[in-house]
Amino acid sequence: MWKKIYEWLDERLGLKSIYDSTLDRPEPRGNWWNTLGSASLFLFILQGVTGIFLSVNYTPSPDHAYDSIQYIMTGVSFGWLIRGIHHWGASLMVLVVFIHMLRVFITASYKYPRELTWLVGVGLLLVTVFMGFTGYLLPWNQKAFWATTVGTQIAGSVPLAGDFILKVLRGGSSLSALTLQRFFAAHIWILPAILVALIGVHLYLIIKHGESQFPDKED
Amino acid sequence: MAGSHNINRRDFVKLTTAAVGTIIGVSIGIPAVGYLISPALVTSNSKDLWLPVGVLADIPLGKPFPFSFTITQVNGWERTANSYGGFVIRKSDADDDLTILSSRCTHLGCQVNWKEESNAFVCPCHDASFDREGNVISGPPPRPLDIYTDFKVDDEGKLLIHIQES
Repeated sequence: MWKKIYEWLDERLGLKSIYDSTLDRPEPRGNWWNTLGSASLFLFILQGVTGIFLSVNYTPSPDHAYDSIQYIMTGVSFGWLIRGIHHWGASLMVLVVFIHMLRVFITASYKYPRELTWLVGVGLLLVTVFMGFTGYLLPWNQKAFWATTVGTQIAGSVPLAGDFILKVLRGGSSLSALTLQRFFAAHIWILPAILVALIGVHLYLIIKHGESQFPDKED
Repeated sequence: MAGSHNINRRDFVKLTTAAVGTIIGVSIGIPAVGYLISPALVTSNSKDLWLPVGVLADIPLGKPFPFSFTITQVNGWERTANSYGGFVIRKSDADDDLTILSSRCTHLGCQVNWKEESNAFVCPCHDASFDREGNVISGPPPRPLDIYTDFKVDDEGKLLIHIQES
């Protein structure tokens, strides 16, 4: 029965060939350091899922942002767990993405023909950091408020364009409800959309070129 | 594989991945479902309130005595305070010989006021009027004023009315 359904789908979707080219593709000898890219992808999915659940009860308004998080932590079943995973997963994701990049650098895996994979990866690191930066404001507590005040001021210290950048980031000259709304939109729509697009390109390139061989003494 | 206790490396990795994946999926999936459906599982925390209106001895006979109270409803992070009011009308010295009317007009919910000169409760919105028992004298209201039927006088002589908070 299941076999018949599977065969019907496989004939039309080519499931076997997708499986072979993604999960069963030939790999050079590697070690656990090669798994950090997959770990990053897993963390991204985890952040996406827990983030979607958080958005069920979070409201990005200065009046209610803090209270809505208090409600998630104390009023909703497993709210503390969902938020805890999202909170710690965020730090872990930045860490894992960074170590992944370090591994690629040390094993020289960024060289021909994988330069574009590297460049897209740099974009992924940046977007991941921006995700962390925008997400940090959302609890709307003292730490979040002042961290964003300082962070946007740093961006505003750019010569010539500084004031413009500051106003774009804050949605005005001061940190306000507009900033919170802006960071929320960036955190749940704009940055994830960019992230998903870049991950798609990154994965395509990895599948196309395969993983790189570790360099040996001759290299 | 059949009849053999040995498992090759490839199948072992597949099996382990599937097992770990299932554990992670379940340990996140169950809390996630609980998180979404939890508002439906909260047992209704409707409270029975006995709300003090005033000392019975201080309430004059025959004349409608106004009172008001506020009930705050908490929905997650949102608090809504609703004001309610009413009138106590004592007909005699007896503890239970009184009528307690809600001041909420049954037409559109405006607060009615007691008008001594016309001997009626008059609603400011559409000029409806009700008599001392809450019956409609004139105007658009579809039914008499609501009556707080559940009340008691405690040991200290305070008049309390029963409120069912939803």
